[in-house]
Amino acid sequence: MVAKIHKVNKRRSPFVRQLRRILPRASVLFDSEDTRPYECDGLSAYRELPWVVALPDTIEQVQAIMRLCHAEQIPVIARGAGTGLSGGALPQDGSLLLSLAKFKQIIELDPVARTARVQPGVRNLAISEAVKQHGLYYAPDPSSQIACTIGGNVAENAGGVHCLKYGLTVHNIQQLIIITMDGERVTIGGGGLDSPGYDLLALLTGSEGLLGIIVEVTVKLLPLPERAQVILAAFDDIEKAGNAVADIIAHGIIPAGLEMMDRYAIQAAEAFVHAGYPEDAEAILLCELDGINEEVSEQILIVHSLLQKSGATELRTAKDNTERELMWKGRKAAFPAIGRLSPDYYCMDGTIPRKQLATVLKRINEWSKEYNLPVANVFHAGDGNLHPLILYDANKPGELERTEEFGGKILELCIEVGGTISGEHGVGIEKIDQMCVQFQALELKQFHAVKHAFDPESLLNPGKAVPTLHRCAELGAMHVHHGQLPHPELERF
Amino acid sequence: MSVEAQNQRIQDIVLHAYQTRTPLKIHGGNSKNFYGRQINGQLLDVRHHGGIIHYEPTELVITAAAGTPLKLIENALAEHNQMLAFEPPHFGDRATLGGAIASGLSGPRRPYAGAARDFVLGTKLINGKGEQLHFGGEVMKNVAGYDLSRLLTGSLGTLGILLEVSLKVLPRPAFETTLINKLPADQALAKMLNYGRKPLPLSASCHDGQYLYTRLSGTKQAIKVAMQSIQGDELNDGEQFWYKLREQQLAFFDSEQPLWRLSVPANTTKLNINGETFIDWGGAQRWIKSDMDAETIRQQAITAQGHATLFRHGDNNEEYFQPLSGKLKQLHLNLKLAFDPNCILNPTRMYSDF
Repeated sequence: MVAKIHKVNKRRSPFVRQLRRILPRASVLFDSEDTRPYECDGLSAYRELPWVVALPDTIEQVQAIMRLCHAEQIPVIARGAGTGLSGGALPQDGSLLLSLAKFKQIIELDPVARTARVQPGVRNLAISEAVKQHGLYYAPDPSSQIACTIGGNVAENAGGVHCLKYGLTVHNIQQLIIITMDGERVTIGGGGLDSPGYDLLALLTGSEGLLGIIVEVTVKLLPLPERAQVILAAFDDIEKAGNAVADIIAHGIIPAGLEMMDRYAIQAAEAFVHAGYPEDAEAILLCELDGINEEVSEQILIVHSLLQKSGATELRTAKDNTERELMWKGRKAAFPAIGRLSPDYYCMDGTIPRKQLATVLKRINEWSKEYNLPVANVFHAGDGNLHPLILYDANKPGELERTEEFGGKILELCIEVGGTISGEHGVGIEKIDQMCVQFQALELKQFHAVKHAFDPESLLNPGKAVPTLHRCAELGAMHVHHGQLPHPELERF
Repeated sequence: MSVEAQNQRIQDIVLHAYQTRTPLKIHGGNSKNFYGRQINGQLLDVRHHGGIIHYEPTELVITAAAGTPLKLIENALAEHNQMLAFEPPHFGDRATLGGAIASGLSGPRRPYAGAARDFVLGTKLINGKGEQLHFGGEVMKNVAGYDLSRLLTGSLGTLGILLEVSLKVLPRPAFETTLINKLPADQALAKMLNYGRKPLPLSASCHDGQYLYTRLSGTKQAIKVAMQSIQGDELNDGEQFWYKLREQQLAFFDSEQPLWRLSVPANTTKLNINGETFIDWGGAQRWIKSDMDAETIRQQAITAQGHATLFRHGDNNEEYFQPLSGKLKQLHLNLKLAFDPNCILNPTRMYSDF
């Protein structure tokens, strides 16, 4: 290990010198005081000081950097705004951290074709702000949309509260320009709604920086709805709230947003932003309908009556936009609200078939008692994406480890009920071990083969998103399920 | 035979083909045989491999075996007032779910609701090594691992044989109505683009050379109000019109001339291609009957930042899809080998060199 570190450090100075031939001095960082801000992303429990940070601002520079790293066999980790929640941009010793933060230009707006061509470092919300004057917006709205950038959104296939109706990032982009590990520039997708050959646009979206560096994104824009209206419904039982969601959808209505919060999350949000949530409720549902005025009026009446029938104890329709925004404010501030109640919290991101909600929440509550760690649940109820937030204190010895173990169990439960370990935050470094539970060796091998097609030397974001078979085999020894080893075909070490 | 047994049968055939390097020609309902290059190979019939495995209307998800007739799926969905929102073309009674996903084709609703790939949530497949793999699942949001289910969509069976597909489904709109308006193509296109910028409940718009057709979908009130912003007369058999467009049964398509499909930015105005044109997808899809040479047509498509497909009545000596080049082509070759190292799955169906 000492020999390895020595070797890595020895290589740094010549590498920095070569980088400085490509970039100005100020765009190459390696002193710990300069690189410290890059030591983690939104998953701050994992930290590692970057070896070297590069801040290019042209595509040609990115190409030159990639060619250099390819020649020197230096791994490259792409980073946008660093708001990711799965440690996808966690640095690694001996690797270059490639920040795309300087790519901030909106290159072209085409209100007629309803597209915007933007650089990867443009913030999600900045796109909607720039096109608002044309009556348009960019639909995916992750809750970090003030800060997160479109390049990161593509890398993670980001969602948001409106994705039940308007889709994820993959449904709302049209073209990417990527730089491959060997420095080549490739246009993926095109100016139309599809492109010839394989659907690489879908493959690249959510690939977590393992296949290429995104240097330009063309997004699709939608007309702003004429009106949006929200109903808040309170329930004395979380299962009733879940059934209400099924009733709305069975009735043929696809709300623009359909969010659920449990008692703990309601109380935390209420204490923080005073949204007027009923604090004694076991669950609340926020159901937003949008479209043209008359359509919204019609649907609000239907939803109101459905919620009443499903046993809501209280129903409130936002009277005006101020009240609507306040109702959403509580939901959007749920994470920081919970952050106020605890020194640390750990946000999970499983997706489950909605009908399993009651079962899953019951098990989470049991474990919460067992581990003595409180949990608040925030749920994208329309699409089954569950965010349990485990409250813990990293300064208490062993608490982070217990939290991680608890979180791991939740993710495995999501798989057990037919769901997935990540709905929108990505696997990164955080859920890499649960990938061994979700996928068998053959699927993982197929993932590696796809990776090899783009990056045969595995230099792009190594160690993230897709675990090696050996990692899974070693982990399997710890997680023996009914006496069966998950990957019996592998050698054991 | 159970679905598992049918899967096993197909797997055994592929495994043998892999070991003996025997090219396979995958054959579903054979309704889209015209699409792509004609190939030779041992026939692998996946037609009888059918049935809905799981349908949960309140979760908006259906999972079915790939050989399931598309009609059967659409009927099952209709019973619960739901639909495949990408309106897959059948091109014949025997069309299967597997063929619809493998071809990746979408109907008139595509620009407003999404394409086939947008609704694919998960797949079970057999790759070219005879390995049974399962990607994605039955949930709407899933970012664990690469999105290989969507990559397989539209890959014409060249990366894997689909065994099962899970799709997101949507409620059928409460009401639909179609308005027609006699207009020259340029004015019709301008209107389509203009409507698309407004918050109208649009679900299709096209121009057949003479008339602009606009379909509205939604609640009764929404349609009533939207009709005030869109000029035109109500078409009596609107549903039939869009069905015929989707199935290419309109008079426009009744021809032996090469039929080109151009996928271009919706606001493309300058395409110097001689031939009768049908504008669909709000401007983003142009059907052109033309005898012009492929290179000229493709160059026009590229200039417009789109691409051209020789959809029907092509000559098998030519490429049907816009040729790839450089690194993009290399990535395609690499991916083909990553799934099918012995090139046994529908080789040369998509491009003549793989």
